[in-house]
Amino acid sequence: MSRSNSKFHIPLTFQESARAALENTQLRRNLGKATQTIRAKRASVVDELPDWQELREAGRAIKERTLRHLDEYLLQLEAAVQRAGGQVHWARDAIEANRIVAGIVLEHGASEVIKVKSLTTDEIRMNEALGQHGVTAIETDLAELIIQLAHEESSHILVPAIHKNRAEIRTLFMHTLGISELSDEPAELAAVARRYLRTKFLSVPVATSGVNFAVAATGTIAVVESEGNGRMCLTLPEVLISIMGIEKVIPGWQDFEVFLQLLPRSSTGERMNPYTSFWTGVHPGDGPQAFHLVLLDNGRSRVLADHIGRQTLNCIRCSACLNVCPVYERTGGHAYNSVYPGPIGAILTPQLLGVERAGSLPYASSLCGACYDVCPVKINIPEVLVHLRAQVVRHKQTSEGIKGKLDPEAIGMRLLARVFRSPERYEQAQKLARLGQIPFARRGIIERLPPPLNVWTTMRDLQAVPRQTFRDWWRKRRVFGSVPKADADGVGDADGVDAEAAAAGRRNV
Amino acid sequence: MKVTLFITCFNDTLFPQTGQAVVKLLERLGHSVEFPLEQTCCGQMHFNTGYQRESIPLARHFVEVFGDAEIVVSPSASCVGMVREFYPRLAEVSRDPKLARAVAALIPRVYELSELLVNKLGIEDVGAYYPHRVTYHPTCHSLRMIRVGDAPLRLLRKVRSIDLVELPNAEECCGFGGTFAIKNADTSMAMLGDKVRNVLDTHAEVCVAADNSCLMQIGGALHRQRAGVRPVHLAEILATTEEDGR
Repeated sequence: MSRSNSKFHIPLTFQESARAALENTQLRRNLGKATQTIRAKRASVVDELPDWQELREAGRAIKERTLRHLDEYLLQLEAAVQRAGGQVHWARDAIEANRIVAGIVLEHGASEVIKVKSLTTDEIRMNEALGQHGVTAIETDLAELIIQLAHEESSHILVPAIHKNRAEIRTLFMHTLGISELSDEPAELAAVARRYLRTKFLSVPVATSGVNFAVAATGTIAVVESEGNGRMCLTLPEVLISIMGIEKVIPGWQDFEVFLQLLPRSSTGERMNPYTSFWTGVHPGDGPQAFHLVLLDNGRSRVLADHIGRQTLNCIRCSACLNVCPVYERTGGHAYNSVYPGPIGAILTPQLLGVERAGSLPYASSLCGACYDVCPVKINIPEVLVHLRAQVVRHKQTSEGIKGKLDPEAIGMRLLARVFRSPERYEQAQKLARLGQIPFARRGIIERLPPPLNVWTTMRDLQAVPRQTFRDWWRKRRVFGSVPKADADGVGDADGVDAEAAAAGRRNV
Repeated sequence: MKVTLFITCFNDTLFPQTGQAVVKLLERLGHSVEFPLEQTCCGQMHFNTGYQRESIPLARHFVEVFGDAEIVVSPSASCVGMVREFYPRLAEVSRDPKLARAVAALIPRVYELSELLVNKLGIEDVGAYYPHRVTYHPTCHSLRMIRVGDAPLRLLRKVRSIDLVELPNAEECCGFGGTFAIKNADTSMAMLGDKVRNVLDTHAEVCVAADNSCLMQIGGALHRQRAGVRPVHLAEILATTEEDGR
């Protein structure tokens, strides 16, 4: 944990981390195979629903309306939870949330807590915070357990160990759980984890969970999962602490109709997820006898205030965008240096942390738009990405003083914008480009360029600027009424033009 | 019909043959074409890289140049996408209601080439002849931003003597993404590597697309590998006829 922790505080850029990840051929193979499988599964179950687009629209509309009145729904939720015998805590940031959780755990004299897989607790680094109080947090989700035993970070929001294959997991279990005989059969691997976890479920008195949805009207909390470990955590311990980002509230039960169709199909490619647990407050003799709900802001109200960035809070953490993203598929989640990787991480993390701390993430996308198409709640991720890029640039230009102003990219962009503002300057620049490329171009092709453009030519040739631009051809054509046939066809060959004729054409315009 | 050409700075400077093909094609179909020489750049590169403020004057310049056009057509899905998807945002950022009105009035008249032919003019057979094995790469912006759908394929299917072969994983990005190819060069190249492998698997002689920017990326790698597959813009195939003897 400490290795990645330092990474969290002094983050590498996406570019730096991606470079290392791309060299890991095993990782790329594992990821390619896994994401392609989930992608195909998702596509087939989504195709089954004739009203998928209407469902997406409904999901977006519910989220948008809820966010517009978030204050009211949260107060309603608080009152409902209290009515049902639970306690509600408000946390402005990670420090406050961890202080609240640790306080409850210590009050009950526990030295261990069991956990349902939860991104929110990862976001606030709860395991480490509890560790400082001598409390061990035990992951009970199989993939999270693998990550914990390997002292690694999650690389996918739904399948945290997606970067690991069976053989790697077998070796890990043998080393960390002291097992001498083990095959890499999934059933056998799961059985080993199950034996280890059963003892924990039955002995640890406090559990923590995340929250998929919280119903404002009734104070009901919902967790959606695949393994049943979550239900064990939610029902067996004496004390249950659930931590939720404030955007997870939904107005009423009826909204499940939409989200419980959208979520499993988008995330695991299932029609329905295996376990959906609901609980409302406490009930004597049944389940946990103390229930605490922590409402976490941690930057979310700032996101809410941004009229373009706000849609990020629609996210129901399905991970469809990760599985379809060509960038994620090749770099994996660790390159994002965040609990939230992939396209959603590229927009959520810089908003939660501020662009000054995660400014490389909005650029970790080719803006191909595949994430927007699969998003079950219609988050226009490309739109938010360019919006955040503008914030990164504005920050560079206003906060970094002279350094920001002397940034080569900023100078280049300003210069080019000036060039493009005037047709005359633009045409001069075209001529300059043709002159400037002379040392590099051979027979219409450039194979090597000076830095920083040499990154283009490491793997790609570049077509040189041909002798005649389209506009020159157009001028000549206009002057002569028509052009020789070879020129007019022009298909695949713009080089064979008489420079003198072109120049004559320009003079006559 | 009078069609005003938006050739884009990229095509004007690097791929003039694409613009020439558009002229030839549209004139063959009986339209008159106009090319305003004042046009420069739509500002997509600036906007997508985060230089929003710098791209506002370019949007303003664009609506000045094209504002009176009856129909604007461009052989670049991504530049059309810039105008259609992001000019309204730029107008909003600039807090200029005049610009916002001009943009809103212009957008319905701006078309990508295959959209104009298939959706607006209802033409699928443009009388082209192209006796080559061709695979089609739907560029991200044609596919998911301006949603040209299968318009390019409808046009290609009607080309005489063409041998059109399906590209595996066609809808996946080639890794260009404008400045992404430079800023995240390693990731871009990993994506490109897979795209090129898929192109080679088709044994096509030609890779066709509706954006020269993506073709520059794919073509650049094909050329480096001396793969013998040519990148060709859709307009150039549609412009070619039997009389061209190709």
